[in-house]
Amino acid sequence: MIKQTKISRRGLLKGAGATAAFAGASTLGAPMIWAQNIKNVTLRQIGTGVSNLNEIAEKVKEDLGFTLTMTALDTDSAAQRVATQPGSFDIADIEYISCKKVWPAGNLQAMDASKLDNYDKIAQTFRSGKLTPTSTIAQGTAPHTVGFVDGPNGKTFADNESGWMTMVPTIYNADTLGIRPDLIGRPIESWTELLNPEFKGKASILDISSIGIMDMAMVCEAMGEITYGDKGNMTKEEIDKTLAIFTEAKKNGQFRAFWKTFDESVNLMASGEVVIQSMWAPAITAVKSRGIPCVYQPLKEGYRSWGGGIGIAASLSGLEKDAAYEYINWYLSGWTGGFLMRQGYYSAVPETSKNFMTDNEWGYWFEGKPATGDITSPFGDKLAVAGETRDGGSFYERMGAVKCWNSVMKENQYMVRKWNEFIAA
Amino acid sequence: MGLTVSSRANMIGWLQAAPLALVLGGFLVVPVIMIVVVSFWGATEWSIYPAFLFDNYEFLFTSWVTYSVFLKTFKYAFITWVLTLCIGFTVAYFLAFHVRNLSWQIALFLLCTIPFWTSNIIRMISWIPFLGRNGIANQTLISWGVIDEPMEWLLFSDFSVILAFVHLYTLFMVVPIFNSMMRIDRSLLEAAVDGGASGLQTLWNVVIPLCKPGIMIGTIFVVTLVMGDFITVRFMSGSQSANVGRLISNDIGLLLYPSACATAVVLLCTVLIVIAIFLRLVDIRKEL
Repeated sequence: MIKQTKISRRGLLKGAGATAAFAGASTLGAPMIWAQNIKNVTLRQIGTGVSNLNEIAEKVKEDLGFTLTMTALDTDSAAQRVATQPGSFDIADIEYISCKKVWPAGNLQAMDASKLDNYDKIAQTFRSGKLTPTSTIAQGTAPHTVGFVDGPNGKTFADNESGWMTMVPTIYNADTLGIRPDLIGRPIESWTELLNPEFKGKASILDISSIGIMDMAMVCEAMGEITYGDKGNMTKEEIDKTLAIFTEAKKNGQFRAFWKTFDESVNLMASGEVVIQSMWAPAITAVKSRGIPCVYQPLKEGYRSWGGGIGIAASLSGLEKDAAYEYINWYLSGWTGGFLMRQGYYSAVPETSKNFMTDNEWGYWFEGKPATGDITSPFGDKLAVAGETRDGGSFYERMGAVKCWNSVMKENQYMVRKWNEFIAA
Repeated sequence: MGLTVSSRANMIGWLQAAPLALVLGGFLVVPVIMIVVVSFWGATEWSIYPAFLFDNYEFLFTSWVTYSVFLKTFKYAFITWVLTLCIGFTVAYFLAFHVRNLSWQIALFLLCTIPFWTSNIIRMISWIPFLGRNGIANQTLISWGVIDEPMEWLLFSDFSVILAFVHLYTLFMVVPIFNSMMRIDRSLLEAAVDGGASGLQTLWNVVIPLCKPGIMIGTIFVVTLVMGDFITVRFMSGSQSANVGRLISNDIGLLLYPSACATAVVLLCTVLIVIAIFLRLVDIRKEL
């Protein structure tokens, strides 16, 4: 089956070699010329469960005509596939921290920003790094620092908008702790609450080292136990101290469980095993859509943030590469952004997503305004009724309070080993 | 003439052994050699490179985590072994000696295998809603007034890990022991009773010695399965507990393949030593 499509593709390329060169040069012409043949293309996407949704693949088939297959993995497994199995994917939907790790492996190719129709509408966070012209950039691996390389074959990250992108940004968010307000029954205001003995045996943290360590740092800093030089680039002593605090808490039975995939966090929260934990926005949405109260609690110390994007495999060329660009342009054109924003994420191109959301939805999710009617998840479950507002408020309030980005540190290998000790302790 | 016949027989012998040898060579020996080779390689965050380093082993043997995790792995294996042996032996004994009718024996034996028609991950995960804080077990006990507060240790604890292991692997004990028991010549039991042996004496001096090969085969199954497991420990302990398998899977997740290979080699050697000891105790070949 696969072989057959390959042969037909090759035949096609032979015949259309000359037109291919022309089509490549003219972005406007490309989709029209390939329109008949692009239906034979299958692009294989790997990524995390939060954005590898069948609804997106179905919409791609409908709008673009080609087939997109999706494999959902956990954050580490996705990065691992990109680094070690270059033949197993065409599109990598991964986080910027994973990009920092896997880019040197050479399995992704730099993308030409001039081929992106909506490049100038991409949020500044992914370009200059500044949310607003006056913002300061938070600690950690901010996406713009690993978003560009010097040229089509660039190996090192560029510190400016070079026009060659490692990944095209898709979604991002400000993460915080999720809580069960009905089971806690009092206001939660600080990251320190994660280690509060009051929640002994009812807390959880995620077992993905590069993200978990940042949640830990937010807690330790809030407790006043550790003052970090730079949370996004800890020293060995800072790593030791941070994990010592959490190892002690673990030994005292503070944690009910650790989670690694998004569904695990949903189940822990929905079943009441855990009342306070590290969580991601769609997990909150998933708990709420079961009719269980769950709050993405804004905390006074601020948020931990992350960004995700799409990279294309180094081996991709010809028709498939054109299809990949077409897919990315489609991705940024709004439908997917709207879909993902209804799960609580922010689209990297908010302007276009707005066209695919109602005023009520846009007001609720982006502007932090009270809902004027029911708010539903992309799967149709009711999340909020008229009058309710989003936890944390508007885009600028939430993203403006980001204190650190998920990070890959210089001492990453040391941190990973210490993390393994923490899990085994 | 005689020579050619024997060399031809020789050829046929080789040919007959060849398919299995090739399969084992290609899918067992070569991968194991690769694992050993890679265990000496080096790793960066995104790649592995050929080298001849002892770093991976050095780190493994100098970290307290390794020892505590191996200890934990043995603990799980031992407790699971004791429980599966007791349960497995009892079930097999009942099937072999108390159920007299062959069709009933077959029917009940098949009944034991029914849970194995589903995936073992599903069987394992189905314990989670049962044992949870607000799960069926706790709610039932509270409604009966047996306990006031939900028992937290039921889930995400060593208890739940071992419970899942026992549930998953008891059948591996039942089958070989049942098989050995069915081969016991019934006249031996009659002779023991005629000789004045009590039920317990017959069990201890006749049945158990004759079941040894079955017990040993079951033991090898259970011990190797538990020692090589990682997913049961991860799910049932809520990721809070680690055995060697999880150490390996964590390393793989973080792209530290050489380190994972080194751990795998150490685990493989440990399991082989354990099995060698078992085989010293009972000569399975002789008694089969």
